[in-house]
Amino acid sequence: MRIFNEIGSYFLLMFRVFSKPEKGRIYWRQLLLEIEKLGIQSIGIVAIISVFMGGIITLQLTYNMSNPLMPTYLIGLGNRDTLILEFSCTVLSLMLAGKVGSNIASEIGSMQVTEQIDSLELMGVNSASFLILPKIIAVVFISPILFVLSVFCGIIGGLIAGPISGIVTVAQYMDGIKTMFVPFYVGFSIIKTLVFGFLIASVPAYWGYNVQGGALEVGHASTRAVVNTSILILFFDLILTQLLFK
Amino acid sequence: MIEIKNIRKSFENREILKDISTVFEKGKTNLIIGQSGSGKTVLLKSIVRLLEVEEGEILFDGRDIRKMSFSVLKKLRQEMGMVFQGGALFDSMNVAENVRFPMDMFTKMTNGEKNMHVDFCLDRVNIKGAHHLFPSEISGGMRKRVAIARAIALNPKYLFCDEPNSGLDPVTSILIDNLIKEITVEFDITTLINTHDMNSVMEIGDNILFISEGEKGWEGNSTQVLFTRNKKLNEFVFASPLSKRIRELKQREDDE
Repeated sequence: MRIFNEIGSYFLLMFRVFSKPEKGRIYWRQLLLEIEKLGIQSIGIVAIISVFMGGIITLQLTYNMSNPLMPTYLIGLGNRDTLILEFSCTVLSLMLAGKVGSNIASEIGSMQVTEQIDSLELMGVNSASFLILPKIIAVVFISPILFVLSVFCGIIGGLIAGPISGIVTVAQYMDGIKTMFVPFYVGFSIIKTLVFGFLIASVPAYWGYNVQGGALEVGHASTRAVVNTSILILFFDLILTQLLFK
Repeated sequence: MIEIKNIRKSFENREILKDISTVFEKGKTNLIIGQSGSGKTVLLKSIVRLLEVEEGEILFDGRDIRKMSFSVLKKLRQEMGMVFQGGALFDSMNVAENVRFPMDMFTKMTNGEKNMHVDFCLDRVNIKGAHHLFPSEISGGMRKRVAIARAIALNPKYLFCDEPNSGLDPVTSILIDNLIKEITVEFDITTLINTHDMNSVMEIGDNILFISEGEKGWEGNSTQVLFTRNKKLNEFVFASPLSKRIRELKQREDDE
């Protein structure tokens, strides 16, 4: 029964979030700040993780596909498609759910327990919209950009790790990257990142906004936010994959 | 003027406010006193509709806040200022930005006008040279004063203060009390203050409402509170040995 209450409360909150902003200019300023805080500041970690991810995928493919019957360009191709289809959208989103999600939940939760949200409400500001809408737009906007960056860094990672294995050369690897490219895969993954971006911002915001108590509850809300967002990302990954590949 | 009539509020079958009615007058400092957990904060938050009551009327100059739509409520709230217990300043904004925020949201003032008004509000609460400091960089008393400056930024008709003296030393408490009193008279606003600070009661208690276990226990002013025969109020007001001693001396003086 509780889960239905939570889902209902989540949609009621989203209804408030997507109401008309009081003053567009202030929201615009907030949006730029959130893009900087949630997006630009995630570029470093996304790049580092993606380089390692691409390198590891390449090494795994190299050692598991070292068969004279299989063309070596498949290693580059495999790395590219794995990155595009799952790693740079789903795994990256899971990582962002941890970094960005916990940030959002704890920030809004702290504002709730220190009465800053009450203060906004009492001024006549729609606190849900003012605090959450710029975060959702920022994360949804930045997610596809991070996805593209991640694919690029992953391919670079493979380019570094592949030749180290001694099984695939740079030229063979690059051949694979350029072979049988399906543009739909990119579109499919961008759709997924948009949905995941929405979840990464809105679910933690919901948990943060509904915190009651003190610092301990903010911590719990932050944990719950990350766990729920991660589960929802995987759930929607399953649904979207089924829907879009049908 | 704010009038509340027969309001009731419960949390999970536990009644916190039990049929409370009173009038908070304009241009006066109206104090709500009572022990911790007596329902003062719930009453204050119910009056501004941060909490919804189950029964009763809450009239702001005749306008019932409970019957207002969200858009009308938002307009009314622009006539309110509130000083929360911990100040509730926005951590991500500096002092000047905190005071400027309501103006940014709800006025069409130019940047120059806003800056001038920020200076005026901060001057009014005796804060100078702290415009660029963040809430984490200022003292508790200063945070309260910045909160007052923000609360008066839009020239409110109603000012609400939740424990404005909590966590402050006696000297700073008196400064805050006097500041609230001066602002109330100067801007002719209806001020409601939640407190259990007896010094505030004596200094600025134009009207006093005593809440005990969610019920209205007593009503009067700062002179009457000293001579009341209300047992619960006496236990609250004269809880400290110092206040008991003062009362004894006062009674002895009157008898002589």
